[in-house]
Amino acid sequence: MKLLTCPMNGSRPLSEFIFGGEYRDAPDQKTCSDSEWAAYVHNRSGAPGDKKEWWYHSPSGTWFIAERNTLSDKVSRTYLLSANTNSTQEQAK
Amino acid sequence: MSLRTTKQNGEWLDRTKKINFTFEGEAFTAFEGDTISSALWAAGQKVLGRSFKYHRARGVLSLANHDVNILVTDGIDTNMRADVVLVKDGMVLNAVNTIGGVKKDKNSYIDSISPLLPVGFYYKAFHTPRRFFPFWEKVIRKAAGLGIVNFDYPRILKRKLHTHCDVLVIGAGPTGLTAACVAAEAGLEVTIVDENQQAGGSLGYDRSGNVAMASQLTDLLAKVAGYSNITMITGAYAAGYYPDHLIPIVAANGITKVRAKTVIVASGAFEQPPVFRYNDLPGVMLGSAAQRLIYRYGVKPFNNGVVVTANDYGYRVALDLLAAGTKVVAVVDLRAEASPMAAEVTKRGVKVYPGHCVYEALASSDKSGVRGAIICAYDEQKNVAITAKKITLECDGIAMSAGWAPAGALLYQAGTAMQFDYAVQQFVPSRIPDGIFAAGKVNGIFELEQRINDAKRAANEALRYLGLSAPEVVTERHVGASPSHAYPMVPHDKGKNFVDFDEDIQIKDFVNAAKEGFDNIELMKRFTTVGMGPSQGKHSNMNAIRILAKIRNLPVEKIGTTTSRPFFHPTPIGHLGGRGFHSHRLTSLHQWHAEHGAVFTDIGAWKRAAYYPTVGQTKEDAIQTEAMAVRQTAGIIDGSSFGKIEVHGPDAAEFLERFFTGVYATQKVGSCRYVMLLDESGVIVDDGIASRLADDLFYLSVGTSNAAAVYREMQRSQQMWQLDLGLVNVTGAFGAINIAGPAAREILATLTDLDLSYESFPISSVRESIVAGVEARLIRVAFVSDVGYELHIPMVQVPQVWQALLDAGKKHGIRPFGSDTQRLLRLEMGHAMPGVDTDGLTNPFEIGAEWALKMSKSYFIGQRSLQILAKKPLRKRLVAFALAENFKGEMPMDCNLVLEGREILGRVTSIGYSKFIDRCIGLAFVTPAKTAIGAQFQIRTDNGSSVTATVVKTPFLKN
Repeated sequence: MKLLTCPMNGSRPLSEFIFGGEYRDAPDQKTCSDSEWAAYVHNRSGAPGDKKEWWYHSPSGTWFIAERNTLSDKVSRTYLLSANTNSTQEQAK
Repeated sequence: MSLRTTKQNGEWLDRTKKINFTFEGEAFTAFEGDTISSALWAAGQKVLGRSFKYHRARGVLSLANHDVNILVTDGIDTNMRADVVLVKDGMVLNAVNTIGGVKKDKNSYIDSISPLLPVGFYYKAFHTPRRFFPFWEKVIRKAAGLGIVNFDYPRILKRKLHTHCDVLVIGAGPTGLTAACVAAEAGLEVTIVDENQQAGGSLGYDRSGNVAMASQLTDLLAKVAGYSNITMITGAYAAGYYPDHLIPIVAANGITKVRAKTVIVASGAFEQPPVFRYNDLPGVMLGSAAQRLIYRYGVKPFNNGVVVTANDYGYRVALDLLAAGTKVVAVVDLRAEASPMAAEVTKRGVKVYPGHCVYEALASSDKSGVRGAIICAYDEQKNVAITAKKITLECDGIAMSAGWAPAGALLYQAGTAMQFDYAVQQFVPSRIPDGIFAAGKVNGIFELEQRINDAKRAANEALRYLGLSAPEVVTERHVGASPSHAYPMVPHDKGKNFVDFDEDIQIKDFVNAAKEGFDNIELMKRFTTVGMGPSQGKHSNMNAIRILAKIRNLPVEKIGTTTSRPFFHPTPIGHLGGRGFHSHRLTSLHQWHAEHGAVFTDIGAWKRAAYYPTVGQTKEDAIQTEAMAVRQTAGIIDGSSFGKIEVHGPDAAEFLERFFTGVYATQKVGSCRYVMLLDESGVIVDDGIASRLADDLFYLSVGTSNAAAVYREMQRSQQMWQLDLGLVNVTGAFGAINIAGPAAREILATLTDLDLSYESFPISSVRESIVAGVEARLIRVAFVSDVGYELHIPMVQVPQVWQALLDAGKKHGIRPFGSDTQRLLRLEMGHAMPGVDTDGLTNPFEIGAEWALKMSKSYFIGQRSLQILAKKPLRKRLVAFALAENFKGEMPMDCNLVLEGREILGRVTSIGYSKFIDRCIGLAFVTPAKTAIGAQFQIRTDNGSSVTATVVKTPFLKN
C-alpha cells in the first residue's frame, strides 16, 4: 500500500485518504461562455502526466493538494490550498 | 535400502528424535527435521508422486519448494509440498493425483497415449460441438486439478501482523546475511526473511566436498545472532512487492506485512534443469537438490550416479556426492572446453566427458527409477546430440547442473528493468527503483567472495539511501565460465524431454505452439501452459524463453519475460481472508430497538430500525400499522443517524449562500430553511434543513447516508473559500427523535414549558428549550406529517427523552416507527428524496424544485450549470401518480419502466401502497408531455404486464 504525506499529519497509509479528483482552476463563471463552462465541468484530460489532485485525509478532515505524476505514480509535493502557501511540504522519502 | 548417511556437519536433523508415519499405507520412520520427501527418499522410496498430465512417476527434483509433482494429503490438508513440509509423528500421508497409489497409478496409461494429447489438445478437441461440452467438462474437470478439496476443512484464523524496519533483507544466504550485518553494524533495525527452515542458503549445502564451508556458515550465523537489532524470520517467504516497500511475509501461521525503509533483495537463483529425454525419472534431480539431500537431511541422492553439467557447479556437486559416499560414474559436460575443475574430480577417479550430453536416461524395468544414461557427443553450436557414437553408463541416479534463473519476482514487481547479461546468461537488474537493492546471484554475481562483496556494496548503498555515510564498494561483474549454459537442451526424436515438470511440457510442445502462431512469450505461456502450474515457472520459464528465442532466431533479451505478479508463491486462501471487520454505528437507542423486536437495516454507516413487527406480523403489516399510528395519533422515530453539522462564525450565512441553492443571509434566528446541495454540473447531491440558532450559528441536518460526504464537501469548500467560520460535525454528539402525527403537539406539551402553539412555533422554525429535563433543539418539520417535531438532544440522553415521550403518549396510542415506515410516510407527503427519487444525472428542474433555487444570487455551487440547463428543454420530470382504486394486479416496483409502446418515457422511483388513503401511490420520471394532472402512462412490471398510472397532485393525503 502506498504512503501519502498529509501536510498536517505526515506520512500515512493510503487507506486513510480519499481521492477528491483533479484540481483545476474554474473559469470565471460570470464572463465565460456556456461552452467554456461545459468544458470545465465535463471534460477531463486522461493523458498521464503531472497532475494537481485533491486528497482528503479522512481521520483528521484535512483537504490538501498533491502533485502527482499519474504515469509513475510518484507524488512530488503535498500542501494545503490556501492564499499563503507557506505550509508546503515536500513529500518525504 | 536406506540411503541415510552418517551425521553431516550442519544437518537440520535431530537424530535423537524418531518419527513414525505412513505413506500410502506403508510405515516409515524419519528423524525430526526431515521433510516428507527426505524421509521417504532416505528409506529408498523413489516414486513419490505422479505428474499432472501424463501421470508419470516422479521423485525429488529441486527440494526447494517447487517439487510440485510431489504433493501429498494428510486427510485434512491437500497439495502439501512434500519437499519442504516437515514430517510429523503419526502422519498418514497419501500422494494426490493418482488412482490406486503412486506405484500402480491406473492413470499412468495416459503416458503411453501422450502423442494423442498434443499441446492445445483440450482447447481444440472439446470446443465443438457445444452440446457435448457439458459431458466433456465433467471428464476434464475430474482429470484436471490435483488434490481434492476437503469441504470439512476447519476454519483456522490466521493472524495478520504489521511491522516496520529500516532494512528488509530478502534471503538469508551468505549475501543476505552479510548485507544484514553491514546494516546492523550501522545501528539500523534489520529484518531478514528466508523461505527455508534455517538460514544459510547455498552456504549450507554448496560445499564441493569442503567441510570448512560448514564452519564459515556457523561463523556468519554467530555474527548475525550477535546483533540484537537483527530480526530473523525463517520458514516464511516474501510474497510480493507493494508500493513504498510494503512486503507481505507469509508463514504457516499467517501474514506479516513489513513496511521497510529500504529493501535488499538477496533472493538468489533457482537451479534450472537441462532438458533431455527422461530427465524426469525418479532419481534424476537438480545438483542443488542432491546437495540439499546430503547436507540438510543426511540422505544420499543415489548410490552410483552420473553428473550431467553445463557449468562448474556440476563438478562441485560431484565432489559433494563423493564426500557423502556416493559413487560418481562420470561427469558429463555439455561444454567442449574443459573446466578448470575437471582435474579435481578426475583426481578422485571420476571420468569426465567434455562436449558430451546425456542423450537419454534409461528407466528401470518398472519405470520407477534410473538404470543408466546414454551419453553422446554434443554440438554446442547447433545444440544437437551427435548420436553416431553412444555410450551407455550404468547408474541409479543423475544429478543435473546446467544453470540458474534469478529469483527476481519481487524486483520485477517493484518495476525493475532487467537486461540479459551474456557473461552469466541471465537476466540481471539494470535499473532498480529507489530504495531497492539487489545483491548476489539475483544480481548475476556467483562467486562466493564476490557475492559477499556485492552484499557489502548493496548494504552500503542502502545506508547512503537512508542518509548515512557509508563507503563506496565496487562489485566486479562475473568473469570466467558462465554459471548458466546458453542452451542446455538436447532434442530427441521420441521426445519426453521435459521443460516444465508441473504440466509435462516437452520441447516439441513449444515448437508446435510456435507453428500455430503462439510465438510471443505471453501467448506461448498461455497456449502451452508453461509456468502456469503450481511452481509458477520457477524451473521452466527461463528454458521456455531460450527455446522460443531459438525458434524465432532472436537473442534472448528480445523475447523478454512474462509478467511477475504478487503473490510469487501460492498462498492459502485462509491466509488472505479477512476477519470480517464491518464497522457500523449504533444510536444510543439501539438496545431499546433490539428489545422491542426491531428489524434493522443498514443505512450509510448506521444500523437503523426499519420497522417493529409484532409476533407473526408481516413486514407490510407492520409498516402499515406504524404509518396509521402517525396518521391517526402519533409516532416517534429514532433519527439519531441524521447528519448534523454546525456552521459557526461571522461568515456562516455567507458560507451557506455559496454552498446551497437558497437564501440564508436574510434568514431569521429561530427559523429553518430548506437546503439543497448541487455539484458543479447542477446535479442534486443532497438536501436537508438549516436552522439558524444565532446570527453566527447554523445547525444543519441532512440525510443519513450522505452526511459524511456532504460534510467532506463543506470542508473542501471552506479550504478554498477561507471564510471566517468553523465547521463541526456533530452527527455523533446529537441524537434526534422525530415525533409526528395529530397528537404530537399535545404529547410534547406535557414534557416542556415551551409555547407549542402553531402561532408562536410555526412550521419551519427552531426553538431551544428543555424537554423531559433535557436541553433540546426543537425543529418543526413536515417531512412525514403536517405536525412533527424533531428533537435534537445529546446522544446519551436520547433514551431518557424517548421513554418520556412513549410514556406521555401512551394514552394516545403512540407507536415507534422505523425507517421503512418513514419512507412510506414521506411518500404520502409527496416528498422526493435525493438518491431515491433522483440519480446521478438529475437536476433540480427535473424534480420541480425551482422554488428551492435563488438563481439571482451572486454564486452557488452548480449555479452556472443551471443557467445553461435552464435554457434547454426539459427532458424528464418527476410526477406523483396513483394507480386505479382497488388496484389488484401485479404491483409495480421501484425502477420499473414507464413505457409508451416500445419507447421508454421514464421510470418509477418510489412506489408503495398507502393504507391510509387506500391507494397505490408513487413518484416517477416521465416525459414533459405526461406531467399534467390527470395524464396517464403505462408502467411495465417485472413480469411484463402493463399497469396504468394517473398523474395526481401532492401531497397524496389531500387528493
